[in-house]
Amino acid sequence: MLLALEQTLNGLQLGVLLFLMAAGLTLVLGVMQMINLAHGSVFMIGAYVCAAVYAATSSYAMALLVALVVALTVGIGIEVLIFRSLYQRDHLDQVLSTFGLILVFNEVMRVIWGPTALHAGVPAFLGGHIEVIPGIPYPIYRLAIIGSGLVLAILLYVLVVHTKLGMLIRAGASNRIMIQALGVNIGLLYTLVFGLGAVLAAFAGIMAAPLLTVEPGMGEGPLILAFVVIVIGGIGSVKGALVAAVFVGWFDTMGRAFLKPLLGLLMSSAAAQAAAPAIASMLIYILMAIVLLFRPRGLFPPRTR
Amino acid sequence: MLLLLLVPQISDLTGQAYYIGFFTRVVAFAIAAVSLDLILGFGGMVSFGHAAYLGVGAYALGILLRHGVTNALVHLLVAMAASALVALLIGAVSLRTKGIYFIMITLAFSQMLYYLGVSLSAYGGDDGMSLPARSDFFGVLDFASDTALYYFAFGMFVIFFWISRHLVMSRFGVVIRGTKSNERRMIALGYPTYRYQLLAFVISGAMCGAAGMLLANQALYVSPSLMQWSRSGELLVMVLLGGMGTLYGAAVGSLVLMILEKLLSHVTDHWPIILGLILVTVVRFAKRGIFGWLTQTRPAHANGKKDG
Amino acid sequence: MAEALLHVQNLTKRFDGLTASDGIDIDIADREFHAVIGPNGAGKTTLVSQLMGELEPDEGTIKFAGRDVTRASANARALLGIARSFQISSVFPEFSAIENVSIAIQARSGHSFRFWGDALRDPAICEPALAALEQVGLADRAQVLAGHLAYGEKRALELSMVLAARPRLLLLDEPMAGMGNQESVRILRLLAALKGSVTVLLVEHDMKTVFALADRISVLVYGRILATGRPEDIRVNQDVRTAYLGDSGSA
Repeated sequence: MLLALEQTLNGLQLGVLLFLMAAGLTLVLGVMQMINLAHGSVFMIGAYVCAAVYAATSSYAMALLVALVVALTVGIGIEVLIFRSLYQRDHLDQVLSTFGLILVFNEVMRVIWGPTALHAGVPAFLGGHIEVIPGIPYPIYRLAIIGSGLVLAILLYVLVVHTKLGMLIRAGASNRIMIQALGVNIGLLYTLVFGLGAVLAAFAGIMAAPLLTVEPGMGEGPLILAFVVIVIGGIGSVKGALVAAVFVGWFDTMGRAFLKPLLGLLMSSAAAQAAAPAIASMLIYILMAIVLLFRPRGLFPPRTR
Repeated sequence: MLLLLLVPQISDLTGQAYYIGFFTRVVAFAIAAVSLDLILGFGGMVSFGHAAYLGVGAYALGILLRHGVTNALVHLLVAMAASALVALLIGAVSLRTKGIYFIMITLAFSQMLYYLGVSLSAYGGDDGMSLPARSDFFGVLDFASDTALYYFAFGMFVIFFWISRHLVMSRFGVVIRGTKSNERRMIALGYPTYRYQLLAFVISGAMCGAAGMLLANQALYVSPSLMQWSRSGELLVMVLLGGMGTLYGAAVGSLVLMILEKLLSHVTDHWPIILGLILVTVVRFAKRGIFGWLTQTRPAHANGKKDG
Repeated sequence: MAEALLHVQNLTKRFDGLTASDGIDIDIADREFHAVIGPNGAGKTTLVSQLMGELEPDEGTIKFAGRDVTRASANARALLGIARSFQISSVFPEFSAIENVSIAIQARSGHSFRFWGDALRDPAICEPALAALEQVGLADRAQVLAGHLAYGEKRALELSMVLAARPRLLLLDEPMAGMGNQESVRILRLLAALKGSVTVLLVEHDMKTVFALADRISVLVYGRILATGRPEDIRVNQDVRTAYLGDSGSA
């Protein structure tokens, strides 16, 4: 039981990270109809720069700031230089172009920092454990991830629902021509949305760095998970991304933790031993398939017709 | 154009051992690229998970060999059947969606298969497994000889290519092409488009599975890395580079991309940067690909519309 | 009246609080030329989409030739004999005009799970296709890519594709929209030729066409049928005149 609670927290933490990745991606998909594979690269850049700066300066605040600035700069850079010509093109073009970008970025990381993993330290003030659940010491760092993620989720909610920018984002998702007619600078709006997404992705990378291996190509795994989250949640829906992310994170974590014992009830322990990891890795995709059977456009699909 | 395809056959006779293996891979990837072009260039289905079928075909070979089955025909048929089944399952779910969703979902499913491969520790898991021997062709031909394997692969390519050409012109092909052109109109005319698209998807998957079986044979190695999403990306690049919707283009694209990767890797260790930049540039300025450029009279099946 | 070919009862469709179709009842007899008119936003295209099967109604039934097709898929309805033209002509731009019609004919000549042969050159399909093009006056444009045809020619092509399948019911969504004078004449002539041989539901704004061709007219306003009747009755109907005050077209 206690283990379940601990895993639930882990699941929540994974969910929060997934949400940060997915939120920016779903906004870009919803508003600009643009599929951006390089989102994972921004995640990676955030992780790398933060880890490197923290290792060099021992100041986490510094590392955080520099990483966010660098990631944002890179993000806006590719938006201006490359994406502007891609918005009107079809999805295949977008996929291939951003795939090219991934090749470039992964290799650049290798050039700068080499192929071996970079060490990303947990900042001292977030180290250690506390007993959130009596009897289970839980890493403070993971709690920090959950906390900061939820704060960002709330901020994002306020932004999207209660501000003018948010209204433009929501309007832009369903009717680009209309908001253009209203005199809104579409180019600027797109850049802002993209920048927002980049910051969220970079932040996710920064937070995830101590938990993952910081190496070239580290962004693509989370990227694909984010896609799964968005498919389940619905393109363009931040609410959908949050619901789906938390659920996917929880479901995946619980599955990995408890599938073997569960299967062990149904079959021999040797069979369970072999089957469990295989099935556990497939769980969230099966979940996605099930959702799609009933809701081909996700739980909270965009309202356009 | 056909000459291009025959050249390796000749150079293989002057064989420096390495090149035979290289061109075997080129041919295998050409089969995979053609299979993708069928559904992408002609059908408008952007499958970003085609590498999954390479993996299924490869693992089919590996698992059969592990359990003592050595016949090449059995390997081929099982590889294709398994890939067809996987394509059926993935396609059945994915084809209910459109546009961006379809791309992301096919990507997700192939990633799922990748993780499945990694977790199959019985068959090597993350590291993959090396194969004891290659398929043998009813004891008559032994593919341990690189040359024999090459001709087998080339023969398969010719057969699949020929089949694909006919498929595209047939009634079935017309439905697939029409659905890419204007699905709404196809449905309004009475076509149950989902069924046809699903079958095309399955055929494409089976063909790609055969390619995977060939690749594993050539390398004498099976690993989940064959199913990585970047591999799916490579297949897409091959189809694009050569020219979508032409079939020849896919084959040319395979040759060009593999040679390009080889050449660039001699230039610098960091060749992916150059390749990536080339890709971005090609998409921006040369979308019709090499074959499209060479045969400029042929109008667009090559330009996809914005969908979804 | 003999049993209607198309029997629509209480058709209702809501979108987020907007009732696009509000309890629509329509009966169309076999071979009748029935026009649906109404101001912009009245829900005419929504009606056609539901009849065609692209949109599922929230309430109500649609019966075609006695069969309940309310939940039938769009392609199933097409196979039953309901054909549709779209407001923006929907053809296959990358294929030639004759190929376009061939694709339409192929849909009704057995299944297409045939993997051999050159389908678009099959004489069994090409010859009727050329004939269909002749009917709409496009025979000399047979080899032109549909994407390169003029707007009016695309309209005619779509009509020819739709007719090639010998439908029982033709749903036409504003075929006169965007037509220049000369093109309008051509389309009008084509539609007139259909009268009496095919059952037609024509959604139109162009009053000239409507009053020239229709056997009966239904007036759709805010998703409801305001009145149904013969053209001369609709012309003098007070409610209809009020609804159209300030709108295009003279009654």
